Amino acid sequence: MSDIVLELKDVSRRFAVSQGAFKGSATLTAVANVSLQVKRGEVFALVGESGSGKSTLAKMLLGLLPPSSGDILIDGTPVAASDRIAVARRIQPIFQDPYSSLNPRKSIAQLIGLPLTVHHVGDAASRRAKVVEMLDLVGLPRRMLDAYPGQLSGGQRQRVAIARALVMRPEVVICDEPTSALDVSVQAQILNLLLDLKRELGLTYFFISHNLAVVEHLADRVAVMYLGRIVEERTRAGLFAQPGHPYTRALLESVLTPDPDLGVPDTAIGAAMANPMTEHAGCPFQPRCPRALDICLATPPPVSVLPDGWATCHLLQQEAVA
Amino acid sequence: MALLDVQDLVIDIPVGGGVLHAVSEVSFAVERGETLAIVGESGSGKSLTSLAVMDLLPRVARRGAARLAFDGIDLLKLPERQMRKLRGSRMAMIFQEPMTSLNPAYTIGNQLTEALLCHENVGAEAARARAIELLERVGIAGAERRLLQYPHQLSGGLRQRVMIAMALMCKPDLIIADEPTTALDVTIQAQILRLLAELKKELNMAMILITHDLGVVARVADKVAVMYAGAIVERGSARAVFKAPSHPYTRGLLNCIPVPGRTAPGAPLGAIRGQVPNLIGRLQGCAFRNRCDFAAPECAGAMRFESPSPGHDVRCVRLEAQKAVA
Repeated sequence: MSDIVLELKDVSRRFAVSQGAFKGSATLTAVANVSLQVKRGEVFALVGESGSGKSTLAKMLLGLLPPSSGDILIDGTPVAASDRIAVARRIQPIFQDPYSSLNPRKSIAQLIGLPLTVHHVGDAASRRAKVVEMLDLVGLPRRMLDAYPGQLSGGQRQRVAIARALVMRPEVVICDEPTSALDVSVQAQILNLLLDLKRELGLTYFFISHNLAVVEHLADRVAVMYLGRIVEERTRAGLFAQPGHPYTRALLESVLTPDPDLGVPDTAIGAAMANPMTEHAGCPFQPRCPRALDICLATPPPVSVLPDGWATCHLLQQEAVA
Repeated sequence: MALLDVQDLVIDIPVGGGVLHAVSEVSFAVERGETLAIVGESGSGKSLTSLAVMDLLPRVARRGAARLAFDGIDLLKLPERQMRKLRGSRMAMIFQEPMTSLNPAYTIGNQLTEALLCHENVGAEAARARAIELLERVGIAGAERRLLQYPHQLSGGLRQRVMIAMALMCKPDLIIADEPTTALDVTIQAQILRLLAELKKELNMAMILITHDLGVVARVADKVAVMYAGAIVERGSARAVFKAPSHPYTRGLLNCIPVPGRTAPGAPLGAIRGQVPNLIGRLQGCAFRNRCDFAAPECAGAMRFESPSPGHDVRCVRLEAQKAVA
């Protein structure tokens, strides 16, 4: 087995958006030419604001949405060439809201056991045993087997969602904002559980989040997404110590640590999320960038290679020349 | 005299199995120009407390207090007609989800001017001028054009700015912001919080900020009240509460959040064991004692506030024992 478990090659996804009854449709590029490699056993975090294309990317990874162009490979096998069931065996999601991701009419045992039934694993008794094993693993009491989601707290539901995602022992788990709907104390428990399970089962996480404090806590590598493009990809230590892209810097400055001596930071970037429908000749971040140059308006920024990754910004190029 | 003075606020909700004591004996005061943050997890009673001040509780809930006064007006005895005059004019509220609290069928202009036209004797033209002025003040470009737009035509950050402008239309003395930035992106959150702080200073308003985000509280608040299971467990200046958190629950919460530079990456985060108690039926003693490392038999008895420093109150009878361990 190769070291790269998940690979994206120049993946784009475009949507046709209706402009009104008598107008033609326009194209919205939700994900533009994304190339990534996720190594086995690492936590790869994807950060960005709402509308940056994170969730579209996650849907494509799960095989729920075909890319418009480009390839997604799991263990070297294209997702497009394998059937849904085979993809689901290797890659599983944990979603943000455990209130809407669990069917309220199914018992906990049914919810966790469903993937086993779908994949025709063992008989009823062995499936039940497997479900009990998963409950223990995620720290839920066995008496909850026959409970329904309505009887569980938010944290317990998220544990059920984790158990369901892991019951088939997938290689990659896509965590799409797994703790942002939870209370602070519950969030800590779930993050601890995710880290424990990763160590125990040797999982790879593709972790989507907008909470940079959480990302710094558990990621090995981080990619920053803006308007469908990856603008920076670095190791955790490098990115947090010295962000390369002005957008990454603004994101980091927006993290509010509980320090009463500091005020609210001024990120100096405009409020308006750029319209994804407009085509940018130059850098897509240029309208909000506090340090934009003339060149940013006309020419797309080239990739600047950094010791631990890369970023796309004209400023980095200029610094390298100077 | 404090602008808002709340003493021993109690909110009871009759439910199937008895009475749910949603809020018990909550006391706080807010001065003009001051921001009080009420922080707590879901179910701690922080939102109900703010609704009780505005007299907007659901009909089944029963409100009681030793004192509930706004600028010297006794809100407990105030008839609904008078209360309605205060609400929206002198006391205003900003809610979490701007998409659900704006009416999708009316233009921004309609919704902005409604409160002003209803509370003050102004003409439509003057109300419109004030709306434009405020939209510009909260950083919305092209205000005149925005007045004709509908909520769905605005982004989340813009909608929240409209909500803030709406709350400010009648120049309120007190503004209650219930999770005003929770639904927003981090970069927008910082901008909205800065805007709120600026406006508060400029208009000398009092602000109650309700949130679960300790980072927001530390950066914005002058005073903090930490709520757990319907009661305030710790209150004081933001500096005192964050520099010397003294209730085991406050400390537990602070240990739960990863802080860049303080928590080691990948190391287990602090966790608070157990679960929030059921608030139905008679409560006695400290509600946190079943989850507390310092719990002792005396924690089941009557609770009182201890003060580790002046103006810093902690609802814990085991402060000495905690110190001995630390």
